[in-house]
Amino acid sequence: MLPNRAAVEGAADQMALAEVKGRSLWADARIRFFRNRAAVISLIMLGLVAAFALFGGMLAQYEPDFVNFSLIGSNAYLGVPSIETGHYFGTDSNGRDLFARTVMGTGISLMVGVVGALVAVIVGTLYGATAGYYGGRVDGAMMRIVDVLMSIPFMFVLILMLVIFGRSIFMLFLGIGLISWLDMARIARGQTLTIKNKEFVEVAVATGVRPSKIILRHIVPNLLGIVIVYATLLVPNMIIFESFISFLGLGVQEPATSLGALINEGSRTMQFGFMWQISFPLFFFVVTIFAFFFVGDGLRDALDPKDR
Amino acid sequence: MKPLLSVRDLSVTFDVRRPGSWPWTPPRKLHAVSDVSFDIQPGECLGIVGESGSGKSTIARAVVGTIPSSAGNIMFEGHDLANMSTSERRVHRRDVQMIFQDPLAALNPRMTVGEIIAEPLITHEPHTPRKDVKKRVGALMERVGLLPNLINRYPHEFSGGQCQRIGIARALILNPKLIICDEPVSALDVSVQAQVINLLMELQRDMGLSMIFIAHDLSVVKHISDRTLVLYLGRVMETADSHKLTTLPEHPYSQALIASVPIPDPILEKARPRPILKGELPSPLAPPSGCVFRTRCPKAQASCAQARPVLEDIGGNHLVACPFHQAEHVLAVGT
Amino acid sequence: MPLLEIEDLMVTFDTADGDVHAVNGLTFNIDKGETLAIVGESGSGKSQTAFAAMGLLAKNGRATGVARFDGNDLLAMSQKDFNKIRSKDMAMIFQDPMTSLNPYLRVSDQMAEVLMLHNGISKSQAVTEAVRMLDAVRIPDARARVTMYPHEFSGGMRQRIMIAMSLLCQPRLLIADEPTTALDVTVQAQIMQLLGDIRQDFGTAVILITHDLGVVAGFCDRTLVMYGGQIMEEGTTEGIFGNPTHPYTSGLLKAVPRLDVDEGELVTIAGEPPDMSNLPKGCPFSPRCPVQLENCRGERPPLETHDGRRRSCHLAVSEVA
Repeated sequence: MLPNRAAVEGAADQMALAEVKGRSLWADARIRFFRNRAAVISLIMLGLVAAFALFGGMLAQYEPDFVNFSLIGSNAYLGVPSIETGHYFGTDSNGRDLFARTVMGTGISLMVGVVGALVAVIVGTLYGATAGYYGGRVDGAMMRIVDVLMSIPFMFVLILMLVIFGRSIFMLFLGIGLISWLDMARIARGQTLTIKNKEFVEVAVATGVRPSKIILRHIVPNLLGIVIVYATLLVPNMIIFESFISFLGLGVQEPATSLGALINEGSRTMQFGFMWQISFPLFFFVVTIFAFFFVGDGLRDALDPKDR
Repeated sequence: MKPLLSVRDLSVTFDVRRPGSWPWTPPRKLHAVSDVSFDIQPGECLGIVGESGSGKSTIARAVVGTIPSSAGNIMFEGHDLANMSTSERRVHRRDVQMIFQDPLAALNPRMTVGEIIAEPLITHEPHTPRKDVKKRVGALMERVGLLPNLINRYPHEFSGGQCQRIGIARALILNPKLIICDEPVSALDVSVQAQVINLLMELQRDMGLSMIFIAHDLSVVKHISDRTLVLYLGRVMETADSHKLTTLPEHPYSQALIASVPIPDPILEKARPRPILKGELPSPLAPPSGCVFRTRCPKAQASCAQARPVLEDIGGNHLVACPFHQAEHVLAVGT
Repeated sequence: MPLLEIEDLMVTFDTADGDVHAVNGLTFNIDKGETLAIVGESGSGKSQTAFAAMGLLAKNGRATGVARFDGNDLLAMSQKDFNKIRSKDMAMIFQDPMTSLNPYLRVSDQMAEVLMLHNGISKSQAVTEAVRMLDAVRIPDARARVTMYPHEFSGGMRQRIMIAMSLLCQPRLLIADEPTTALDVTVQAQIMQLLGDIRQDFGTAVILITHDLGVVAGFCDRTLVMYGGQIMEEGTTEGIFGNPTHPYTSGLLKAVPRLDVDEGELVTIAGEPPDMSNLPKGCPFSPRCPVQLENCRGERPPLETHDGRRRSCHLAVSEVA
């Protein structure tokens, strides 16, 4: 007889034999995350910013590249933010609607950040997990490649690329994608080294599960907590990075724009009293970056394995 | 009878690099296991006892095939593990399953219990319909004493004893021939330990499983296994029928080990002679010459340092690696 | 006067999932030179009892009740006074010696520090004393090895160092929390013998906290069995092992395989150790107990004294199988 069959049967009688839904570690983390007020407020802010970038264009009265020639030169009194003229955020120094341009810039900045982080998550995690799992020479070779790539001064290469191949969003994405995964690969590899010594990986190896399955089913899900935290902190870094490139005048090409480019333009006219030209893009920039940092912090607390 | 598993002169060495050494300096060799031989008959349970560093877990992993042996043969149903083709190896992986010490660490925290138990089945029979998989998982959960309606729960929602039951269910789903238990109860509470021991013994009997039961606790090994093998520094000291080994051990190390095991009986315990082993376990990187136990052996003589003692059969399938062996009642008081 | 008196001790932890009651009304005392075993499974509150008495509870834990050492109330004491008592009058050794040894300091420095602090002697005197103590716990070649770092010693040797360190100021009470659980049996036998010798030589009272009934049998005068933060049974070790009067104690004794007995199937205790954040209303053992009386689940059984033995069970002694 089973040692506790009586107990099991007793319990089975009491409980309805419906399947009990388990509470996964993800569900646990979600509960912890939603207890964190700052993180939740930041998440809402991010949602609003994203909605602004996606649907703001519908509210705009002008196209972002429409130049209102009548305003050039009389910006100081005609281009001020006003509901009546339809220039909610005023106009820029070229007489274009700043509201429409901020919507566009926010969208592009968010896209740069998210694409950079996505490349990092997908390429970096898989690369790092593979290197860490196989170990030995494979690991050595793969990580030396990362070291070599890291030792190249990327800002310099990116600027060269933008100068040689011309400025385009594609080049920007390519450049950001090339560097963003390197750190992630190192983080993922380090974590994999500890996870692969866990007994559940050994069980899978002994059972005969293929290496690719082990990486995808056993290693990557256990990496994901750290990867997600790092990715949310990476997004603002990417946005700042793009802003810096744009600030140098090498970012997205006119008439397209990004928050960095808008701030750059605004900073030039700030001293003449056109404060709105810098403050509106700067507001969105700061809100986005702060929100991402708070969400990242909240996720780190929620996903911290020590808390289990 | 043809043995299910036959291990002959198994040696496993690990390369140990001094930190900071050049890549081309030859690494030092750590002999985790040296010249270990044993057989397991179908339906038999072999216990392996030894202290930490005795190489007991290494033997388990060599038999499972997750670490390569450096010398000797491991024959499973007449096939040598070393020259197996990929397809034969797949079959071997089905037939030999393992149960681990830390029940929670052996379960992937991101998978549900159902997914964990089903994984070996899905790996080896990928075309099994989902319904059948679920049915088999449910039946097995019931068999090991878990409610089948907990199939969608996650490991962290279970206690240590229940996690070990999940591990047992996973090991059984492919109907293996040999189960290797590496310290399966040492992380469990006393009251839960007995439940798992009983479950393992019952499953072994009902399913006709062969079993290797590895533990540092001689009382548990004696209880569960038919034969017991005593390891010290990667070498076999003594092998005998479990009852015989505990009542009339021949090797000085077995005697010391048994004398060290406390017995939950205050009157017996306080009256019992306690020859206590002196000294420390030597480093496996530089094991003593000749008999590895001689540095701590109460019977050691000059000749012990010369040649390694052979494992000698003294009758009744009782093997001892000591030329000065002598049966001794270590447990008995006044009998 | 008993050396250590614990009266109605409660230890509660404040966690995100609500209060966890680790110890619920524990009363016991220990006399000078006595050895007491506190036996229990995980979650029985045995370690938290020791931590409370040593003032080492985690930040979110609080202890109420009375804990008197030599007449001084420990729970009302300031950290400063507590530091004086700790290690000078009472000391503790842990399961994993590495947690209480600083890996970056030489053993000599760590041991001398304690002595210089409490006895106010010079460094060289303190090191000499440390060597003497390491000799006493039979560390071979102590004079040469005292300057080594903790990680250069084996597990058994580290536990000896811990014992030597805890004995430096010759405390009157030593609390050993699972001191041999992480060690091999042959080393365990060495350490237990050492603790026995020390107790004779120094007259130190010892509280041994463990889950291992075998270790208790060979070492302790009295045994206290805990479950769910409460006393199940307490008495002389011979009495508890030879004639258990609580279903939990007798179940525990039957559940352990013994080297000297060929038992058939082990008798098990059904179920799992209790969930401390959700203890049953009545007897904490009632959900797993083979005896089910009417009031077991509803009413906590009182702790009664019976022939020098204390037990807490609704079942009459005469009816215990």
